[in-house]
Amino acid sequence: MTHDFKTSAEIVWCPGCGNFGIWAALQKAFQELSLKPDQILAVYGIGCHGHMANYLKINNFEGLHGRALPLATGAKIANQNLNVLAIVGDGDQLGEGGNHLVHASRRNPNLTCVLHNNQLYSLTVGQASPASEKGLKTKSTPWGVFDPPLNPLALALASGATFVARGFAGDLPHLTKVLVAGMKHQGFSLVEVLQPCPTLNYLNTFTWFKERVYKLEDKGHLPQDKTESFRMTQEWGEKIPLGIFYQEERPTLEEQLLPEKDEILAEQSLELSIEKLLTEFR
Amino acid sequence: MNDFNFKIAGEAGYGIASAGLIFAKTALRSGYSVFDFNEYPSLIRGGHNVYGARVAEEEVYSPSFGTDLLIALNQKAVERHTKELSPGAWVILNSDKATAPAPDFSPGINILPIPLIKLAQENGAPEVMMNNVALGAAIFLLGGDFKILESAVHDVFSSAKPEIIDLNIKVARAGFDFAQKNFKKRKILFNLKKKRAGKPLLLTGNDALCLGLIKAGCKFFAAYPMTPINSMIAYWAAKARELNLVYYQPEDEIAGINSALGAAHAGLRACVATSGGGFSLMVEAYGLAGMTETPLVIIEGQRSGPSSGLPTWTGQGDLRFVLGAGQDDFPRVVLAPGDPEECFWQAIEAFNWAEKYQLPVVILVDKYLSESRQTISSLDETRVKIDRGLLFSSTAQSEDYRRYRLTENGISPRAWAGQADLTFFTSSYEHDESGWAEEGIENRKAMMEKRMRKLETLKEEMPPPSIYGPSEAPLGLISWGSNKGAIREAQKILRVQGTETKFLHLNFLNPFPVEAVADFFRRSSKIWLVEQNITGQLAELIRARTGLEIENRILKYDGRPFLPEEIAVKIKEIT
Repeated sequence: MTHDFKTSAEIVWCPGCGNFGIWAALQKAFQELSLKPDQILAVYGIGCHGHMANYLKINNFEGLHGRALPLATGAKIANQNLNVLAIVGDGDQLGEGGNHLVHASRRNPNLTCVLHNNQLYSLTVGQASPASEKGLKTKSTPWGVFDPPLNPLALALASGATFVARGFAGDLPHLTKVLVAGMKHQGFSLVEVLQPCPTLNYLNTFTWFKERVYKLEDKGHLPQDKTESFRMTQEWGEKIPLGIFYQEERPTLEEQLLPEKDEILAEQSLELSIEKLLTEFR
Repeated sequence: MNDFNFKIAGEAGYGIASAGLIFAKTALRSGYSVFDFNEYPSLIRGGHNVYGARVAEEEVYSPSFGTDLLIALNQKAVERHTKELSPGAWVILNSDKATAPAPDFSPGINILPIPLIKLAQENGAPEVMMNNVALGAAIFLLGGDFKILESAVHDVFSSAKPEIIDLNIKVARAGFDFAQKNFKKRKILFNLKKKRAGKPLLLTGNDALCLGLIKAGCKFFAAYPMTPINSMIAYWAAKARELNLVYYQPEDEIAGINSALGAAHAGLRACVATSGGGFSLMVEAYGLAGMTETPLVIIEGQRSGPSSGLPTWTGQGDLRFVLGAGQDDFPRVVLAPGDPEECFWQAIEAFNWAEKYQLPVVILVDKYLSESRQTISSLDETRVKIDRGLLFSSTAQSEDYRRYRLTENGISPRAWAGQADLTFFTSSYEHDESGWAEEGIENRKAMMEKRMRKLETLKEEMPPPSIYGPSEAPLGLISWGSNKGAIREAQKILRVQGTETKFLHLNFLNPFPVEAVADFFRRSSKIWLVEQNITGQLAELIRARTGLEIENRILKYDGRPFLPEEIAVKIKEIT
């Protein structure tokens, strides 16, 4: 049976927003993975992406700006049967939540981080984000952004992420494929999604991306090669690669942390005798 | 003399804390009541460390002034602690490192020089084991049983290699024998002779909190290293595999509290522990717990602030902070246990309140309570009740499930992510009954009122605060948290001096026990406030909640805990 993952909530994204594509691709990915709504928990940050919490019929937790990853990690530890997603934005995850991206990459919890990258703080109507292009004029950078953009894929790779990929909100079939691969991956998967903001980002538009993106798999890229993968994360400008940059197998956080690998911690009884524990205090 | 103060002092890195624990266990196992504490600067080697223990035949609730037996491992220890020696005190002096500055010692002080390092080395032990040589000598001088000391050494070093344990015992024996040979004619001031066999416990506040959390069924403990909760981390990390629990070391306190909320959202009882600085980072998620109605227990071990402050010294300056932290109003419970026994029971209560009322519960302790050991006759775990509150179980009507259903008492049936055939929405935004973001006027009012109403419901089952001392005594003392022990000891002193007092101890600060406090005022001719901060935060809280003013305030903010004598003296002055 194929489940419907839509809710009846009124959608408040701008017409033409890249979030529509991500929303559709996620539903398609859930269907391809034959998941039931109750098997999925998505944790969101705060930003335009976070409104999706109202539009996907799964378990949703819209938490704090930048803090989706730790909340998602805690939930995954509690119930490793849940398919856990952290659905985040670039300002959200790369600004306030930067530290958590580094450490989730290092720890390797078995969850998928979908990073909506519109290279802007859009919900607050257009300030530069850590991912904005150098020179981009925004409400907070009237003379153009001074700093180079933060590269989330390179950052995750350097921090030890075991699955690093990029999709484009304007290419649904390919984005779906990348999301499915990310969710199937045993460990931390980062899927950056290029998500044009039609209202506020005049530079990185759908057309701008369409003219530049190409697929790594078409070039015979080998995602096992970390050095080559890192090199590919540096490509940006004339050509922008999509697809799986890097993938490796490594024990997950839960495999190493949980005393009983196959048990669901949240299903354990709370009753426990402390009689034996007391003896060492006598 | 049936009440006696022991102290061992020396350079950090010389096993002051482990020697102290061995001494405390020896006294406990000999049948005595022990209260101990440690003082140390925020560094690992070279600073001056102190361990003190009060030992008595009767129950003791706090340290007291004076030192009757001092083990001085170096010269600094002699110099620093000379002034606090009681008349007739003994000093076991490490004659390899220190000399007695004779003129400073009053004639009644007994100096017992022992070549601690030489004795350790003669027995093939390194210098660092001199603490056990001294312990052996101390146990002899107190008329203690070497076998009990031996068992204590064994248990304290249980994770060490057998030959290391044997060596520690061997050097303790050397100290015992040396004292027997050289000091046998000394008059024993306190007799540690083995008496009645009970099975009491010797627990720090942190130990008791850990046991309480575990007994409450908490399975997820996240804490970023910070004094004074570090011993909780060590305990959880050590027990996690054996007990099927998780200790999670987050990258920062923000990750800690958010991961705990995630774990709670998926059905676990989850807890975070930190100090004021870490709690500062947690504040946004404290509000998230309130808004999303996610049960969470937060342990806040206070130390002297602001900022890094006195990181290894105690204080009670965070009361106002935890009561008010976070933007706008949300319901929260704030507990402040007075001793390790209350730590145990309030940890369990905290989880029951957190889950029943679906809100964050803060347990405010402090460095002094977290790290001082107190003797407790027993913890009866058969009295523990776990109450997870109103739960929604998946049924055919799951489609209609409303996570934030408006109810008369404010409590909505709770579910967790991962329940079969159920999905639901949770949002940090204002939301409707289904959890969807909703900004309408009527909804906003209804939801704010629903959340705050839970506290009104909780008030009805709040236990009344305890009053110690005769209820007819006209003189009243009010305090909260860890001052309990020193105040109860001060009451003993005052009683001997002919002044009866009654003491209202508040260990439940939000919701505030308005009626109990007002009633205590009505029945007292004069009231003193005792707390460890500069502005009288409890006094302000009492004024805010009851309109009643306390003029007589005994406030301390030097990082050191109250001693009973100083409270008794101040009350005498004011009276």
